[in-house]
Amino acid sequence: MELLAVFLPLVAFLIAGLFGKQMGDKGCQFVTCSAVIVAALASISLFFDVAYGGGPAYTTLLADWISSGDFSVKWALRIDTLSVVMMCVINIVSACVHVYSIGYMSHDDAKGRFMAYLSLFTFAMLMLVTSDNLLQLFFGWEGVGLASYLLIGFWNHKETANAAAQKAFIVNRVGDFGLALGMMAIFVIFGSIQFDEIFQQVPEMQQSYFSFLGMEAHALTVIGLLLFIGAIGKSAQLGLHTWLPDAMEGPTPVSALIHAATMVTAGVFLVARMSPLYEYAPDALMVVTVVGATTAFVAATIGLTQFDIKRVIAYSTMSQLGYMFFALGVSAYGAAMFHLMTHAFFKALLFLGAGSVIHAMSDEQDMRKMGGIWKKIPLTYGLMWIGSLALAGIPPFAGFFSKDIVLEAAWADGTWFGHYAYYMGIAAAFMTAFYSWRLLLMTFHGEPRASAKVMSHVHESPGVMLGPLVILAAGALLSGLVFYQGFVGSAGHHGEESHVEEQIEHAEQVLHEEAHEVNEEVSEAIHIRDEGAEVIHAAEDEHGEGEHTVEEFVLSKETFWNDSIQVLAANDTVEAAHNVPKWVKYLPLVVGLLGIGLAYIFYMFRPNAPAVTVTSFKELHTLFYNKWFFDEIYHKLFTRTAFLLGLFFWKYGDKKIIDGYGPDGSASLTNKIAGIMSRFQSGYVYQYAFMMMIAVIGLVSWFVFKGSSTGGTF
Amino acid sequence: MVDFPVLSLMTFLPIAGVLIILAIRGDEEVVAQNTKHMALYSSLFTFAFALFMYTRFDGTSAEFQFVEQSSWLKPLGINYHMGVDGISIFFVLLSSFLTPICILSAWDVVKTRVKEFMIAFLVLESFMIGTFVALDAVLFYVFFEGVLIPMFLIIGVWGGKRRVYSAYKFFLFTLLGSVLMLVGLLALYSETGTTDIPTLMESNIPIGLQYWLWLAFFASFAVKMPMWPVHTWLPDAHVEAPTAGSVILAGVLLKMGGYGFLRFSLPVFPDASAFFTDFVFWLSVIAIVYTSLVALVQEDMKKLIAYSSVAHMGFVTLGLFTATSQGIEGGIFQMISHGLISGALFLSVGVVYDRLHTREISRYGGIVKNMPKYATVFMILMLGSVGLPGTSGFVGEFLVLLGAFQVDTTIAALAATGVILGAAYMLLLYRRVIFGPRVNDDALSMPDLNARELGLLVPLVLLIIWLGVFPGTVMDKISPSVDKLISNYNERLELNVDPAAGPALIEYEEEGTQ
Repeated sequence: MELLAVFLPLVAFLIAGLFGKQMGDKGCQFVTCSAVIVAALASISLFFDVAYGGGPAYTTLLADWISSGDFSVKWALRIDTLSVVMMCVINIVSACVHVYSIGYMSHDDAKGRFMAYLSLFTFAMLMLVTSDNLLQLFFGWEGVGLASYLLIGFWNHKETANAAAQKAFIVNRVGDFGLALGMMAIFVIFGSIQFDEIFQQVPEMQQSYFSFLGMEAHALTVIGLLLFIGAIGKSAQLGLHTWLPDAMEGPTPVSALIHAATMVTAGVFLVARMSPLYEYAPDALMVVTVVGATTAFVAATIGLTQFDIKRVIAYSTMSQLGYMFFALGVSAYGAAMFHLMTHAFFKALLFLGAGSVIHAMSDEQDMRKMGGIWKKIPLTYGLMWIGSLALAGIPPFAGFFSKDIVLEAAWADGTWFGHYAYYMGIAAAFMTAFYSWRLLLMTFHGEPRASAKVMSHVHESPGVMLGPLVILAAGALLSGLVFYQGFVGSAGHHGEESHVEEQIEHAEQVLHEEAHEVNEEVSEAIHIRDEGAEVIHAAEDEHGEGEHTVEEFVLSKETFWNDSIQVLAANDTVEAAHNVPKWVKYLPLVVGLLGIGLAYIFYMFRPNAPAVTVTSFKELHTLFYNKWFFDEIYHKLFTRTAFLLGLFFWKYGDKKIIDGYGPDGSASLTNKIAGIMSRFQSGYVYQYAFMMMIAVIGLVSWFVFKGSSTGGTF
Repeated sequence: MVDFPVLSLMTFLPIAGVLIILAIRGDEEVVAQNTKHMALYSSLFTFAFALFMYTRFDGTSAEFQFVEQSSWLKPLGINYHMGVDGISIFFVLLSSFLTPICILSAWDVVKTRVKEFMIAFLVLESFMIGTFVALDAVLFYVFFEGVLIPMFLIIGVWGGKRRVYSAYKFFLFTLLGSVLMLVGLLALYSETGTTDIPTLMESNIPIGLQYWLWLAFFASFAVKMPMWPVHTWLPDAHVEAPTAGSVILAGVLLKMGGYGFLRFSLPVFPDASAFFTDFVFWLSVIAIVYTSLVALVQEDMKKLIAYSSVAHMGFVTLGLFTATSQGIEGGIFQMISHGLISGALFLSVGVVYDRLHTREISRYGGIVKNMPKYATVFMILMLGSVGLPGTSGFVGEFLVLLGAFQVDTTIAALAATGVILGAAYMLLLYRRVIFGPRVNDDALSMPDLNARELGLLVPLVLLIIWLGVFPGTVMDKISPSVDKLISNYNERLELNVDPAAGPALIEYEEEGTQ
């Protein structure tokens, strides 16, 4: 099953990539779409098996990859709740985007190539999430980077697209630099980069230090931070985020799939996957929280001021990723994954909806040139409303559940950075609601600001584009309500338990280490049992009794995650989040509604309000509108410096110094050479050969001399 | 094992081809045609023998295999001694694999002095293989330095406009290195009384002398590699060399330095190697960062790839001197992978050079439309060069960094910045040549890859991907020899640290002077 779910997209990529010409566009579209749809069905079946059915987690070994000395890595597929959740998100959204692309790219002359790239991306992303070691994860990590590079630059006749693609790749490489170093540090500390082997040793390693860049550093913290640098790059967190808005140069389906739903969440996945390690690196988690919370805020401020419809959504994505990260930072991994899942649905919906608008507006992306089209494309309009409601966190849409649990968990963490994250999140939630409705109102309402020619062409998208939107809308509507219990549990008896726990927290902390060890032994035992069960399971399958019997399965977040993420009992903020004060729970909703209301005032009832606000907060607006000047600073600081250094080393280092004092040095020598040069083809080489001869003869005669003088046999 | 001298056969089969070519008579056209065929067949036969040897090679053993030994300069105890182990076998394969590709790439391109060109190439092949299979230091030296002559001719006769300057520079640098190495070799012989490499590996040379000898050998290997700051001959040589010359230069000749480190510096002078480790590390890191930055501003395609080669070789030297199994195996793998990738990259540059007769990056642009197959091949090569996982480039680079990280995290972190810079210059190259604005009409009317060019590039591309996904094909056979190298290295280091080893050392010295 997992082989189908992971490798079908690869097969589709190879077929469409190699035989695209022969099969034609239709053939490519058919092959890639059907492959990904089947893969999506396979993932869903895995999801109900492993996550909702309480089935055992397992790993399928495929082949050896790299082994050198005591370093050994295998190609393998690790199937547990965390990976099947990701597989479902990836394959479902990817299937929607594949089908949608048939319509969206219908005017393009390289449809086959586009579909092939989408499938390649899907495969790489699946390899990333199903990896059972860090290196294969890195393979997927760079693979999705490649696919992203190819797809951002898909319209390679546009220089802006090429520049954006290149920027995305290189900025991501900076992140990968951190991830790679983190991986190496893990190998040095743990002697393996295989997940289970790392996780088993984490508790014993919590006091280990090692020399890093000349300093004695706490190993787990350093590792956590290095891995997080990778996550910052891939998930466009503050510092390495500059590539994401530019990535909007790619076709819109790409933005939906890669730059909203899946690839950019890889960083979140990475931290969640490494949760057993992060749990013992509280300082690293603090950094994750602060960076995430700051990103959520900063990105939202920029989103307020942009006019490109896709860039607004891109900044919104960045901001929402910030939410996921501060959830991770306060150990609410389940909540982060929950928000990741719901966000994938509603953000893909928003992007594809925006694509539908752009399609209708003859490829216009500037919201200042839209307006007054809601009656002409009512279905798109309605779907965008669903997406926006989910994004703004209005019940009963999915975003309400996930964003609330994230914010509650941040508050429940009780630390200064947890509270910082909560308030940043609240501010961002207000802005999110505001810019979402700013987008809706500017795009669909008011006087039409496009040319008459464009307006006359405005049309509803074909069914092949709307169908996927409906599926995503269903996800945006229902996924929060339906999966809440599994991802983050409920305030039922577990809540009471945690209340009791609070009282005995202190005692438990003392007992904790021992408990963990026991836990591990148990989990090892469980592992062995699972292996046994697997064998039995396989045997059963052979006998045609596919259905495996599980003991009474009660859905809770513990049974759902089944140890694929691990939280120390003292850090279980998701549990605590169910018991936060009422005002903490309702504040996000209140500010969301306020934001929507304010947007109505600004863009519906008081059309001159935006201009007035801009002039009265001129400095602030300049800062936001220019994206806090990150691009300009980076350009001066890094890009220009690199080129200047390169020129300097070349012209001065190589030419003036090395060659100047070296081969070109003495003028007389050069002159002499010039003389020899004229005889180049006749004698020069033979001279060299001659010199070699002399050297060999010299060598031999020296040996002879030496041999005779020391009384050798000669 | 086989019962005939397969190594000598491989080494001298190309020379036999040369003799036949010399005997070809007739008018120029016929001679050129026959010469090309003869050259191709002899190189293909050589490759077939290499493959045969590969199938018979025992990958579980660290010993030298297919050993041939007979007296050569008898009174001096200098033998004709050949053999391969896990470290050298893939260099032999690489040499014999790339030569027919080079000959085919020159098929329609080299039009003047075809006969001489083919002779030079076959002699070159013979010397390259000889270098990698020689187990006697004198034999090694003859092959190692002999390589310069045909290469020098290839650049000087069939090169571009500034070929004379480049050939001279190439000559000057390598000569400097080889003279020092020769002196070192003499001193080594006078100390140990043997030039037999396996014996030398067992000899314990006084530490004080080791330092000097190490430096003498280092001079030669560092130039060949090339390491910073003796790298400036390489970009010039590449730029002027004909395509086939560049392929062999980047593909095999640069690996001779690394091979030399593995055969001499580490096993014969272990204490000196340990002593100079930091020195090599810093040179490697400077090479990686410095040349990557220089590559960033190049306007000439070949120069850019040449500078990238220096950076990639920086990873190799870094890995080798970590003396960890990841570092050394990574270094060897990186050399093989770089041989394939840079060879293929120079072939690709040759493809467009043949059409437009310029290497100026700005003379191209937007050719993805008219050359989609070329764009695809070049893309995969670019990805290999930047070390994307799934290509062979990644395996070597990653293992080297992994090895380095165990020894010195600062060095590893600095070297890893090369991975970022590498992506920058390669992507920039690709963007400017393949994508980019479509302004040059002549570039836009270039035809796509023809069958011959595809036939040359596709095997390389497939190998690059295969080795990226299943590096074990190569790695498993390297491991035993590397393990042995490392355990010997560490044993020898401990031996000399241990004060009890003192008397043994003196005894040995006495023996040597007897």
